[in-house]
Amino acid sequence: MTYFLQNVVNALQWGSFYALIALGYSMVYGVLLLFNFAHGDVFMVGSYIGFFVATGLVGLSATGIITLPYWLILVLTILISMILTSFVGMLIERVGYRPLRDAPRASAAITGLMIGIILETLNLIALGAERYKFPELLQSQTYDFMGVSITNKKIMIVFVSLLLMYLLNLFVMKTKWGMAMRAMAYDFAVVPLMGIPLNTIAALTFGLGSALAAAAGILFGTAYPVMDPYMGVTIGWKAFVAAILGGRGSIVGAAVAGFILGFIEIFSASIFPSTYRDLIAYSIILLILVFRPHGLFGQEHTSKLRL
Amino acid sequence: MPLLEVKHMTHFFGGLRAVHDFNLSIEKGEIRGLIGPNGAGKTTIFNLITGVYTPTEGEILFQGQPIVGLQPHEIASRGLSRTFQNLRLWRHMSVVEHIKMARYSKLTYGLVGAFFDTPERRRQEEESDEIAHRLMKELGISHLADQIVTNLPYGAQRRVEMARALATEPDLLFLDEPTAGMNPEELVEMMDIFRQVHEEFGMAIFLIEHRLRVVMELCERIQTLVFGEVIAEGTPDEIQNNPKVIEAYLGEEDIH
Repeated sequence: MTYFLQNVVNALQWGSFYALIALGYSMVYGVLLLFNFAHGDVFMVGSYIGFFVATGLVGLSATGIITLPYWLILVLTILISMILTSFVGMLIERVGYRPLRDAPRASAAITGLMIGIILETLNLIALGAERYKFPELLQSQTYDFMGVSITNKKIMIVFVSLLLMYLLNLFVMKTKWGMAMRAMAYDFAVVPLMGIPLNTIAALTFGLGSALAAAAGILFGTAYPVMDPYMGVTIGWKAFVAAILGGRGSIVGAAVAGFILGFIEIFSASIFPSTYRDLIAYSIILLILVFRPHGLFGQEHTSKLRL
Repeated sequence: MPLLEVKHMTHFFGGLRAVHDFNLSIEKGEIRGLIGPNGAGKTTIFNLITGVYTPTEGEILFQGQPIVGLQPHEIASRGLSRTFQNLRLWRHMSVVEHIKMARYSKLTYGLVGAFFDTPERRRQEEESDEIAHRLMKELGISHLADQIVTNLPYGAQRRVEMARALATEPDLLFLDEPTAGMNPEELVEMMDIFRQVHEEFGMAIFLIEHRLRVVMELCERIQTLVFGEVIAEGTPDEIQNNPKVIEAYLGEEDIH
């Protein structure tokens, strides 16, 4: 039983990472009907931005000009990095996707791959092959809860993720921009004819998705501090799987499927030898998709792009 | 000054001439009709004026300002709204959401205003709510407010589209075959709604129709378009008795 609960805790942590990243894929798909394959690398960029912001704030605090407690540095790091990374996302939309909006879908799809490679390479050029270590902002503490050991980091990661998802839901359901994002998912071409600026909404969607990826990058950095330019590749692809599993364009689906993916992976590893983890986990997901080809929350997606 | 003025508008799709030397002048509050057989280029004219396509040649003035080359959302928020030939609703959104969505350009608060829920934001949202409910009442769809539009019968969906177009507070409303696919009963109801809406809000209406009866009853002036060219223009009586119009419609079942 404790072993089971221990795995639940771990699954929630990994599920949080996957869910936050998957949301970015799904939101962009919902609005523009294409997947931003650079999204995993946006996670990486967000994590590095988080590293520099955190290091800067720690340094600032050390000079004694203003002394910031570590928890406040963590909160500020997450907020500032989310904002900065959202600009990266909007820039990607502006230079990579907007000029190709009327191009064949395949061209727009490889844009993401190319931008991803560019981001990885830029990172290597700028920072070299040296591996950076994310500063320890949260002193690790382990609580024993009915024999299950839970670290304060895991609690923080799951809490922050759920909070962000809650705020995202408020944004999408209650604000005019969120409503416009949903409207674009159903009928793209009509949206501007009702006085809504497509480009603003598209940019905002990229910005939001990227901000969530940045949050994931920082949370990931607090749990697994060693960073490298390719850290976003595998986790990005896995989150992409979660976005498809949730149902293309479905925000709820992406969040739920992120956690499902976390559970399937962790429990595969707990039952079978850990080398088999991904083999088993992704065979299960393949099987789910055979029976639910539109994903768990997917509707047949036929948004009309033209009049 | 006319509300809308189109001068010598011509449009090519590749080598195909879709619209040739189209001229139009609509006054405030006028109901104008455009008829013509299928494929004559009627919807293309709507798309050209609303900014979906940019005309190859010609000039378009709305409220005295040139609008050629503006983005569709800019033209729409200047007070030109429309409905669509084939219903174009956001399938899984509710009726009230459709109407509130169309208020986008009237809600001027920014991200900061939304985040801190400023009094100004609340005031604007309340005003939007009020307008949404008034429009739904006007169009007889109040009881459907929270329904998802895909679940509604066809006639009700047409009304939702109309309410959405009205929510942008247009000075000029384009209606693209608004009675397409309706049975005779729904047709009569819909025509009452046009009259009621026109009386209530006083905006000008530019109507594309396939059914002559609708335009003949509603419009003050009518143009007839065939192969992208206006072959006749005049009052309903003049149009009905114009030999060119009769010839263009010959063999068409929809003459009455």
